Formats: sequence, structure tokens, C-alpha cells
Amino acid sequence: MTERERLAVLEEHARRIRLFSLQLAYECGMTTHLGGGLSHIEALTVLYGDVMEKEDKFILSKGHGVLGLYATLAEFGIVDKELLLKTFMKDGSDFMIHPVMKAEYGIEVSSGSLGQGISIAAGLALAAKKTGSTRQTYVICGNGEFNEGSVWEACMSAASFGLDNFTLFLDNNHLQSDGASVDVLDVSDYYACMLKSLHFQVLEIDGNDIAQVYKAFHSSPITGCPRAIIGNTIKGKGVSFMENNNEWHHNRLTKERYDAAVAELEGSK
Amino acid sequence: MIEITLPKARIWSRIGPRATYGQAVLECASERDDFYVLTADLAQSSGLFRFKEVFPERFVNVGIAEQNMLGIAAGLAKDGFHVFASSFAPFITMRACEQVRMDMGYMQLDITTVGIGSGIGLAQQGNSHYGIEDVSVMRAIPGMTIVNPADGVEIVKAVEALCDYGKPAYLRLTGVPGFPMVHKGDIDFKIGKAITLREGDDIAIVAAGTMVSSALQVAEILSRDEGIEATVADMHTIKPIDTDVLDAQLDKKLVVTLEEATIVGGLGGAVAEYFALKKNKPAQLMLGIRDTFLHAGSYPFLLEQCRLTVPQIVSDIKAAMQ
Repeated sequence: MTERERLAVLEEHARRIRLFSLQLAYECGMTTHLGGGLSHIEALTVLYGDVMEKEDKFILSKGHGVLGLYATLAEFGIVDKELLLKTFMKDGSDFMIHPVMKAEYGIEVSSGSLGQGISIAAGLALAAKKTGSTRQTYVICGNGEFNEGSVWEACMSAASFGLDNFTLFLDNNHLQSDGASVDVLDVSDYYACMLKSLHFQVLEIDGNDIAQVYKAFHSSPITGCPRAIIGNTIKGKGVSFMENNNEWHHNRLTKERYDAAVAELEGSK
Repeated sequence: MIEITLPKARIWSRIGPRATYGQAVLECASERDDFYVLTADLAQSSGLFRFKEVFPERFVNVGIAEQNMLGIAAGLAKDGFHVFASSFAPFITMRACEQVRMDMGYMQLDITTVGIGSGIGLAQQGNSHYGIEDVSVMRAIPGMTIVNPADGVEIVKAVEALCDYGKPAYLRLTGVPGFPMVHKGDIDFKIGKAITLREGDDIAIVAAGTMVSSALQVAEILSRDEGIEATVADMHTIKPIDTDVLDAQLDKKLVVTLEEATIVGGLGGAVAEYFALKKNKPAQLMLGIRDTFLHAGSYPFLLEQCRLTVPQIVSDIKAAMQ
């Protein structure tokens, strides 16, 4: 398969993951994190559909991005689609709006409290270094999450420990719970230079462009440096009425809205 | 197994709880390679300098970043290693509280946090460094175990037991160099099983940490001067609390809980919560640090402020029995 064909396959996976994310959100009938669940789907697609080996570790530190994660796990046959549809957000289920640790599905940690998964990812990468494992550790964080001080504690340690087996994908959609990051804590555009200052290998890309995401995850690592991919993304990506509209940070899909979103994604095939 | 001898117990008493912790992990590490030791820029204060030199591969210093230390510990624990992570009691239990809650409580990862200098042993360093609320805060987290050893022997036994415990725990170290020996040789130490050090029919003193030694002295004085015979239970594991030993005290005239920690939600609270469900129960006298911040000073000065010296405890028990 040529790289171009490979990218087309991944693109189609991403489209299907978006569709299933929306189906999960619609069929549970409840408010879910749609915007942030859709913005990191290219990263999830490239990781699960191409980059990650069996022994590699993945942590979704921005736990509210769980719709995209569940749909990705379903797309690649790790979790049964029917099981997800039947149990997502149901009483007593482990498939809730924030991930619950489940080793059999490769859900490494229970996340949801922001700024914690990145430390655990650094710990996993450190463990691999110490045991001589070639395993890679990947973590997805959000730009709002990057307001947390503990994120920077983790980044400092990843740099200080020389974790070149650690890749952080920053889903930089420039929005957060209370609105535009520029109006809340105006630092989203500085994250790249902040990480560069810490001697991260920094790649700044369009995080919703599958070719750029693919290229970034396949970039050659720099010995002794952790890697950060700053993916500038669009919150609610793929559904025009959700894109960059923070009303869809946490919202419920009506039948009408769901049908419109599906039609748009079906049409984009 | 670390050999326990009287000369060693004497050394541990002399060097104090922190250095004893450092010795214990050092000795354990020479017998097994399945754990890491973490610090947040307090290797020296945690008695870990020797460990760092001898086992650099199993030692991680994360800098002054307790929250990240817990996350790093979680990552290492997820790979099948036990982790000891220490800092001063308020920093490890409260600065990193939410990480403790998620990684240790919610995810039940095999991590032991170690609160050094807990209670009021940090004396002139003041309230910022005292471990007043650590027991109460850790008790509130579901699935946490809390161990507060009475002396050096118990610290060593606890470290050894925690290596194989497989569950999250908070090891609370109280006392200062020169802290008294409660045990002069090896003991049968099991997490969750209190040690009844003295049996008496009149009252029971349930104590933890530094207060166990004080409780024994108090019991001797009460027996000698007042004819009051006291049972002394060393409740080294505050959570889960040993309910068998508590049940055995239900026929006493008074149960005294004694701890170098706030009386809000600590050992006294745990005992009261358990007794609350009982129909016939003795009155309970809860001795510990009153619900206040203290004026800093020497350790003896602080104990006196808290009414935790032996004569004060005797006097408060006598008053409660009248």
C-alpha cells in the first residue's frame, strides 16, 4: 500500500469514528462532551490505526475526550460496538463520560481529573527506560488541561529524565469549558514555545489533517528528548454546526441535529 | 526478611523514624528488586541518601513536584512495581491529594506514600510542615490503608509488609530521633492486626504512632497510683481498623483513643464510628491535637500544648473516670 492509499484508509477510519462517536452520544440520550470528543480523532486514528504496537501504551489524559476514544476502540475491534451502544452512560456501566481503567481494553487509567494522565504516561515511559523496554508511551492532553500546574511538573520530569520514548499530543482546539482560551487563560499559542524551552522535540501541525498527523507521529525521535505534537485542531471537527461552537462542549443531540450531523459526515465520504 | 535484634532496635530508636525508613527500604532492596523509591527533593530528609547511592536505578527524584511524583509512581506501579513515595506529611497527603485519590484510591495502584515528619515532630518548622490532618484526609479516601508505626521495629516491619501488600497504603511516620522503643525484638506484625501490649480490665487505651509508648507509661502510672488497670492496644493500622480488638474493649469502663494527630476524623474518629453501631459501649475519651493550629516550638513544648505529655494524659483519664 502506498502512503497515499494508507492515508485514505486512515481518513475513512476517522470519518467512521466520528460517525460512531455521534451515534453513541445520540443513542445514550444524554449530554456528552461532543466538541472535545471530536477534535482529537485524527490523532486517535493514526495512533490506533497505524502507529501503536501491541506493547505500546496510550493514555487519554483529557478524559472528557472519551467519545472519540470509545469509538476508536470500537473501530479497531478492541471493544464491541454493540456493548458500547448498550452500556454507554447506563447505570453501573464502566463506559461513562470519563474513562474507567480497564486493562482488557487498553484503557490504562481512570482519567477525568485533568493534568494527571501526563504524569502517569511519564511514569510508564520511565519504567520502560529503566527496564530496557523499547515500548513507546503516547498521551493526549487538551489545551484547557494545559492550564493545570501538574502538567508542567510532568513535562519538566519528562524532559529531565530524557524520555525520548514519550509522545505528547496536545489537542489544541483553543477552546475550553468557559469559552475561548484567549478569554480564559491566554496561553494556548505559547504552549509550543514553552515545551521547546523544556527541550521537547516540538512539531506544530494541523491536528485535523490526517497526513500531517501521520507524518508527525512518524517523525524521527531526537535522542534524549520527549516529543510533543501540538495539533492545532477544531473543537467539534467534522460537524459544521459544532465546529468552534462551544455550546457543543457538553450538550445533547436531538434527532434533528443528529440526522444533520450524520448526513454531513456521510456526504463527506 | 530483615533480622530484628535489640541492638538494631536501639539504633533505629536513636536515628529516628525517617532514617529508619531509609534503612528499611535499603535492606529490603538488597533482597528484592521489585520496587522503586521516589522522592520530591527530600532524599536527605527521608533518610534515602544511602539508597540513592547503592540503588540509583531504583531511585527517582522528581524535584519539588509532589503531584507529579504520584503520577510517576502510578506509571511505575502500572508496570508491576511497588513504589514508595515520600515527602513531608502535608505535602504527600494534601498537596498531592487528588492524585492520591485517583491513582491509589480509585485505581488501587500498588503505591505506598510515606509521610515523613508527621504529627508535630517537626517542631520549630511550624504548622506548614506538621502532619495534623493527614490521617483524617487519607481515611476519607475509599480503599486506602493507613499504617502509623509505634517505633523503629514497627517501621521496619511495616516497610517489609508493604512491599508485599499489593494495595495502596499511607505509611505515617511520627516521632523524632531518640523516640522510645516499644519492641525490643521481633514481633508478629500484620497490617490490619493491632498488637495488644498490655491487658487490664478497667479501661482500654487505643493508641497509634508515638502515643503507643506514652500509653504504656500512662497505664503503668494508673496501675501504680490509682489501681486502674488498662489494656493498651497498639493500633498501628488505623485503616482498616482492627474491629476484633475493639470488640474486646466493649466491657471496659472507658476507652481512650490517643494519637499525635487532630481529634477530627483520625484514630479517635475511626473508633467512634465503629462503636456508634454498638448498643452497649463504654464512654470514649478522644485525646489528640485539638481542632486548632499550634504555636510552633520544641517538640516537648508542643506535646504539652496538646496535653499529650504522660502526666497530662494520666490527669485527663482520671478526670474522665470521675
